[in-house]
Amino acid sequence: MIDVNKVGIAGYGITPFSKEDKKIESVLLDSTKEIFRNNSKINKDEIDAVLVSTNNNSKYLSPILSEMSGIQPKISHTVESLCNSGTNSIVSAYSYIASGLADMVLISGAERYDSPGQILEWDDSRGEYKHPIFWASIFSKSYKRKFSISDEQLAIVSVKNHKQAKENPNALSKKTYTVNDVINSKKLTEDLRLLDCSRPCTGSASMILASEKKTKQLTDKPVWITGIGQKTISAGFTKNSSFSSMESTKMAGHTALKMSNKNIRNIDVAEIHDAFSVCEPMALESLGFSEDGNGMQIINELHSTDDFKINPRGGLIGSGHPLGATGIAQTIEITQQLQGIADKRQVDNPKSGLVHNMSAAATSSTVLILET
Amino acid sequence: MNFESKLNGGIFCIPECTECKKIVWPPSEFCNHCFGRIFLKEGIFVGKIIEFSRQNDEYFCLVEFEKVIRIMAKTSKIPEIGQSVKISKCGIRDGNYFFQVI
Repeated sequence: MIDVNKVGIAGYGITPFSKEDKKIESVLLDSTKEIFRNNSKINKDEIDAVLVSTNNNSKYLSPILSEMSGIQPKISHTVESLCNSGTNSIVSAYSYIASGLADMVLISGAERYDSPGQILEWDDSRGEYKHPIFWASIFSKSYKRKFSISDEQLAIVSVKNHKQAKENPNALSKKTYTVNDVINSKKLTEDLRLLDCSRPCTGSASMILASEKKTKQLTDKPVWITGIGQKTISAGFTKNSSFSSMESTKMAGHTALKMSNKNIRNIDVAEIHDAFSVCEPMALESLGFSEDGNGMQIINELHSTDDFKINPRGGLIGSGHPLGATGIAQTIEITQQLQGIADKRQVDNPKSGLVHNMSAAATSSTVLILET
Repeated sequence: MNFESKLNGGIFCIPECTECKKIVWPPSEFCNHCFGRIFLKEGIFVGKIIEFSRQNDEYFCLVEFEKVIRIMAKTSKIPEIGQSVKISKCGIRDGNYFFQVI
């Protein structure tokens, strides 16, 4: 591997996820200001780059956020990649620091409840079925058919993640549900109920990434990004080689683990992109947490023992899914877990964590490995 | 005429590269392998249903043609995996492509 500068997480801020009708610029600022409130050692004059992650159509958001925050960075731009925009901005920030182009980078991801990022207009192969519920229905049907999984079994994902979200003060959902509640929730298609779906919402999450020296100056509990994997198979949903597994996730996970010299068995806590119930077992299998078709066994076991190892903050289903903020919020959760400050969501003494963030029916995936 | 103009007229074509003969999907002006020009092959093509689901009383399915082209299409009858189908109706409505198979 090329010798690169070590990159750490030196600070973060997050807002509650809600249905609030607020300008995107204000949403971005909400989590950014939390960083400076949480860590008075961070000097705005030392921030070399400001990256904004969003699907919002507003222009020039990074310079706008910089001006509103009193920062004059060398580099400022927006990163957009639908649902994995957040981790894409982390990868960009990592690259600036690892290469020596920047010493400290502010990343801020935000979305409004009415984000245009939910629909990929370009993908005409979806015909009139452009809403994500249709690819999710095809994934669900294909997964259930291949591995003989019932709707009731799959509903456990939603039950577990809503339960875990109840311990997350920033989560959109405040309720717990039973398997029957999920099965009896509004039937969107034959294979998808309302409670199987993550919901778009308003929210933001921000982080400061910094070089090793700077990270150690700014925090007593540094968390390091030691592995990054990304893979894009296509943009179009129908180009997926399988509809019961995630090819891009397999490849991104393999790359990230290899970079960090880790095995999946070394991962103590993980944030998984459960945009829909079926995505959680599919991603767990594609990352190697279980054999193909056995993802639900892990989920059942964790749920029955109240083990928060997978999606401790409640996943996208429980927390809500403000697209541009999601990957950053997932990374903040793993950071808090590794720092041992995740309150009622805390898993036992984790040393290594994983973030899985994907976009557009798993056509693209990002996997990050974090360590203390 | 390009793919979209043909589709708008209710004709489904298979876009094929004039140079390397590769089928190019989604349709584009140039081949995504060699950037050669595209020829639109007309005909009655037989596809296979590879997955399906249902919304209310309407089935929607993923149909594969020529082992390359996959589209989401509507079908009025109960579909089966592996079932052979043909496009019965296609076009552009409210800016979106639509396909129906029988």
